[in-house]
Amino acid sequence: MRIFDPHIHMTSRTTDDYERMAAAGITAIVEPAFWLGQPRTSVGSFTDYFDSLVGWEPFRASQFGVRHHATIALNPKEANDPRCREVLDLLPRYLEKDGVVAVGEVGYDSMTPEEDEVFAAQLALAVEHELPALVHTPHRDKARGTERTLAVVAESGIEPGHVVVDHLNEVTVGLVRDSGCWLAFSIYPDTKMSPPRMVNILREYGLERMLVNSAADWGRSDPLLTRTTADAMLAAGFSEDDVDRVLWRNPVDFYGQSGRLDLSDVEKEATFAGNSILRGGS
Amino acid sequence: MTTLNELRAAVPAQGWLGEALERVAGDPGAIGRLFPAAGRRVGRDALADVPGWSADEAARVQLLAALPADRVAAEAEGLYRYGDAAEKRAVLKALPLLPIADEGVPLLQDAIRTNDTRLVAAALGPYARHLDDAAWRQAVLKCVFMGLPLSSVDSLDERADAELATMLRGLVEERQAAGRDMAPDALALLDRLKGL
Ligand SMILES: [Zn+2]
Repeated sequence: MRIFDPHIHMTSRTTDDYERMAAAGITAIVEPAFWLGQPRTSVGSFTDYFDSLVGWEPFRASQFGVRHHATIALNPKEANDPRCREVLDLLPRYLEKDGVVAVGEVGYDSMTPEEDEVFAAQLALAVEHELPALVHTPHRDKARGTERTLAVVAESGIEPGHVVVDHLNEVTVGLVRDSGCWLAFSIYPDTKMSPPRMVNILREYGLERMLVNSAADWGRSDPLLTRTTADAMLAAGFSEDDVDRVLWRNPVDFYGQSGRLDLSDVEKEATFAGNSILRGGS
Repeated sequence: MTTLNELRAAVPAQGWLGEALERVAGDPGAIGRLFPAAGRRVGRDALADVPGWSADEAARVQLLAALPADRVAAEAEGLYRYGDAAEKRAVLKALPLLPIADEGVPLLQDAIRTNDTRLVAAALGPYARHLDDAAWRQAVLKCVFMGLPLSSVDSLDERADAELATMLRGLVEERQAAGRDMAPDALALLDRLKGL
């Protein structure tokens, strides 16, 4: 089984996690730029973080046979801090990097006017750099936050197929499905989404444009929950091809729109190991 | 040492690269967006005629060399500062081929401080002649420590001295005490330094 985790914050994880992930079949990941738990107070701490997302972290991942890509953005929470706003001027440099496959995480935290402005500006950057966008939905006031998110996306002129809306649940899945955007679900212990609930959503809404991630970070989270979800799908009667579609081909198709996804190393290994089949389309 | 002309012959200034070189010569600031795109435009294959170099590196060196001479040091510093690992590596490898004196030394020092073996190796090319002896010895020792082949160190035998031999012997002793192996190329170097 091959698994691509399209949203995981490896900066906050240990080397043991990389080892366990590789052993579980998780050999490709995307790490979105986000909040570190501790507020940043200057632009320099953003650039050092972005540098590690395109330098050190891919190197660390490669030691375990895991292919690492990143998304770059000013996150919604810190968009409200005037000390951090200047980082917007530096984003174009990072959005040209080979390992950067989307603009993200962007979106809303508390739905302030500052967040509106920064969200729209970064969707424009995605269009300019011909990159997809990873949009986070707020944890509080989620349903209305998701509606407003979709309105901003529509207004920006970015193609809905170039946008993934993340951290969805039973209440927000229908809205996003109708918008034409991709749908992502973060499998998180106790809170956002669980493997059994995820299986039910896939049964009800199908596999098209569906992404499943662990969103593992510095909080109580688990980098192996993508694998757990894959196992739960099989147990519920989904085929191996269905699992491969949701947990490998869908994220490859979404981030592949950047033209920068390079999985040549891990796909070669998967072929040599003989445990996965490289399929073209579905 | 690899020359600029060898890199130009291996990755000729045609198509995207030709246009990019012209742009950079006239508008040096344009290199900020062209430099990171080089791998996607010219590919990343190893160059058969220039061992140890890849196509993107050859293109990036040419971009740096196309800058007006008085802009080279500052642009190289910025490209390194904001570069991903492949860009940083290309800047480090370009340093000995550019019209600069020792302005690039802080970049070498930064690379040697990292734990990224690709950067440490790239810092020990011909431009490392600008490092003082103490920094150079520490860098060579770090190579051995990280398991990097010593073939990546330029002018190793010319520069290796009694002090480096003492440091390497210390590492051998530690490794022996721990029941761990020492890389054969490091032992061979120690053997060559025996008389010192
Ligand atoms: Zn996240």
